[in-house]
Amino acid sequence: MPKFLEYLLIAVVIAILLALSRWIGQQAYTWMPIQATAEAQKVDDLFSFLVSIGAFIIFVLLGMMVFSIIFFRAPTNDYSEGHPSRGDIRLEILWTATPTVLVLWLAFQGVNIYQQLHILGLQQIVQLPTPLESAAAYAITTGEKPKPAAETIEVFVKQWDWSFRYPNNVISQELHLPVNLRTRLNMHAKDVLHSFYVPDFRLQQYIVPGRNIDLVVTPIRPGKYKLKDALFSGTYFSLMDADVLVESPEQYNQWLTQAQQELATNQNQAVAEYTQPPTTMLKSGWYTVAPSQEGIAQENYVKNDT
Amino acid sequence: MTHEIRETAPPNEPENNWRQYFKFNTDHKAIAVQYMVTAFIFFLVGGLLAMLIRAELITPALNVVDRPLYNGLFTLHGTIMIFLWIIPFNAGISNYLVPLMIGAQDMAFPLLNAISFWMIPPGGILLISSFLLPNGTAQSGWWSYPPISLQIPPGQPINGECLWIISLVIIGISSIMGAVNFVTTIFWMRAPGMSFFRMPVFVWSALSAQLLQLINLPALTGALILLLLDLNFGTQFFKPLENGDPIIYQHLFWFYSHPAVYIMALPAFGIFAEVLPAFSRNPLFGYRSLAVASLGIALVSIFVWVHHMFTSATPSWMRILFMFTSMLVAVPTGVKAFGWTATIWKSKLHLETPMLFAMGGAAMFLLGGVTGVMLAAVPFDIHVHNTYFVVGHFHYIVFNTITMAIFAAIYFWFPKITGRMYAEGWGKLHFWLTFIGANLTFFPMLPLGLQGMVRRISSYDPQYQDGNVISSLGAFLLGVSTLPFIANMVGSWLYGQRAVNNPWHATGLEWTTTSPPPRNNFAEIPVVKRPPYDYGNPKYSVIEPTESDEQRRREIWER
Repeated sequence: MPKFLEYLLIAVVIAILLALSRWIGQQAYTWMPIQATAEAQKVDDLFSFLVSIGAFIIFVLLGMMVFSIIFFRAPTNDYSEGHPSRGDIRLEILWTATPTVLVLWLAFQGVNIYQQLHILGLQQIVQLPTPLESAAAYAITTGEKPKPAAETIEVFVKQWDWSFRYPNNVISQELHLPVNLRTRLNMHAKDVLHSFYVPDFRLQQYIVPGRNIDLVVTPIRPGKYKLKDALFSGTYFSLMDADVLVESPEQYNQWLTQAQQELATNQNQAVAEYTQPPTTMLKSGWYTVAPSQEGIAQENYVKNDT
Repeated sequence: MTHEIRETAPPNEPENNWRQYFKFNTDHKAIAVQYMVTAFIFFLVGGLLAMLIRAELITPALNVVDRPLYNGLFTLHGTIMIFLWIIPFNAGISNYLVPLMIGAQDMAFPLLNAISFWMIPPGGILLISSFLLPNGTAQSGWWSYPPISLQIPPGQPINGECLWIISLVIIGISSIMGAVNFVTTIFWMRAPGMSFFRMPVFVWSALSAQLLQLINLPALTGALILLLLDLNFGTQFFKPLENGDPIIYQHLFWFYSHPAVYIMALPAFGIFAEVLPAFSRNPLFGYRSLAVASLGIALVSIFVWVHHMFTSATPSWMRILFMFTSMLVAVPTGVKAFGWTATIWKSKLHLETPMLFAMGGAAMFLLGGVTGVMLAAVPFDIHVHNTYFVVGHFHYIVFNTITMAIFAAIYFWFPKITGRMYAEGWGKLHFWLTFIGANLTFFPMLPLGLQGMVRRISSYDPQYQDGNVISSLGAFLLGVSTLPFIANMVGSWLYGQRAVNNPWHATGLEWTTTSPPPRNNFAEIPVVKRPPYDYGNPKYSVIEPTESDEQRRREIWER
């Protein structure tokens, strides 16, 4: 085959693989849950971009392997050399430099999107007990300041349930959030580490006992979502789901006033399971920390927060 | 370089002396077999625990094991597979190959070598015996993050967590002693002419992995001792409500446990670099860059641990810094993957079992590596952290890459180790069951994680059931896949056809000696005058049955 035809063929194959990778990158949006926050869109853009690049690399290398298996088989007992090339310094430089540039590009994309998330809300994540001056200096150096949150909701988590305290002191086991408004979640853990995770929000944050940890969310889509504890927290870890309801500001305020009049009833799945004998095939009967019925928002223990 | 003879045993001991494997033995080859067989037994135990986990997850509701038992199962599954399967197996295969590949008669410190091995069975048995305690095993995951790991039954100082820590400290000390031995051996025991750039890539990988053990493992051992003090002796290093800091534990833990991934993966990459050239009849493409890339991976991997903690109240500058370093690992790793592919390209492929496992492992590594780069990107990681996406990703590395490489190594060097050939048909059956089972088990975990299925849960939302059913069926298939392997290994070792010295026509010093090698490995210490992977040389392609092994070895290594 003439040299130029070979190059043309390679170019065509690469073009097809690029198009295919791009298409798969587009599909990646459908593999994700609903986009319920502004952050979610950014994260999905980044994921789609990563999938496109990853798919291209996999197609090229896997394609070469499969092609070799089909076309480069040796006859039995032929142990003569295949191809005497021990290396090609230009090729090696190329395939060292390309991934370097590629990952730097990916990392910059990551930083870029991270900065946008930062402005959207991730910035206020941790408030360590720092002296006031250094905290102020930190705020100046980090540049763009996020807008103040419209609402602050306190999140309490313990083994094994969530509870939420709203500005008017309503305590609930559901997280209600107003749509299109920045809400600050001020999070406290009682006993062990937990992780606040709503897949549809694409946000996750560990909650460390004794530390005051904030997360700012701006949900953009009304609906009902699920809050999970993503960090293993002991026996009844799997039961740590809570409902998240994103509502219009009117509905949200209406719910707040309505909830104020109702008495909070506590339903704790872990307690229910703990008091029942296990129904599983294998029963170990090993020790577990006993879940308490009491909602922790009422216990008001969080005294050591800064 | 001069070479001391440390043992005065006769050069050719009776070949089928199986009793040597059951006693304290200082021959690196016997120790290697002890390591590998012991590790494989632990692999079967860890696999049984995995099948129980998958049995529970086949339905959304809790119905097979109760929750404390489930938590114990995944804790011990992870611990056993990492610390009692892959790491000791790698110590075993490195023990076998390193002295042979560099032309040494044994490891630098044979007695230390034997002691390192003999710490593994007590450590492992102690860990597994915690199932017999009244309140069972450790239940806080293989990370054992405080304060959850400190929640123990009141008034029971001997509990699962305590045994977990003690056995990990024992295994860790064994690994540190092993690392001292490997590094010393590779630096000081090479045969005349075996310069660094004549060492096979496997030796480079073993060296890089063992250097990581030396540098990083002490951090974990120290952290575990502090954890034990917190657990049983009332200290408050990691107790958040008593002015301790649980996040420091995470830093110390991952300072070892991320490099541990490379400690496990580097020998696997080394195995690919040996098997792929032999069965494609090509020199390893870009030998020098692949050799140096091993050290590059080791070096970069020391500075990436915080990517396990992107959501652990980690400040932004740290998240961004560690995103860059974590992504940089892709560069030396990419060099390796490109080098393997270029070695296969335009070759004369022989698809025997070791090659199937090596190619299958290298192919599945692509997905493991690409998902790894994705996870390094902070914004994406914040979404999938602690989900099945991470579980799928690392099983593509630890099972679909490393365990596949381990099987490739077992089949490739089986004739050398035992002096007998394995049964090819059974090997191929084992490969196909494993390859299909591995993808069925671990691929569905990736979409499940994207959809938000959290790891370590014992019951889950019904929306996740389809993927979990496929994954569980795959796991049972993987369980079945070990049966032809065990039958093949046992049957072939006892009754297999006698193996010649170099059944694969491969290069490398280990193939110039007898199968199995004599006590001191080589009748004479070879003088190395050729680069590794000399597959262009006709001597490796011609089979002349009349030529004696001795003659051929002399020709090749030109003593």
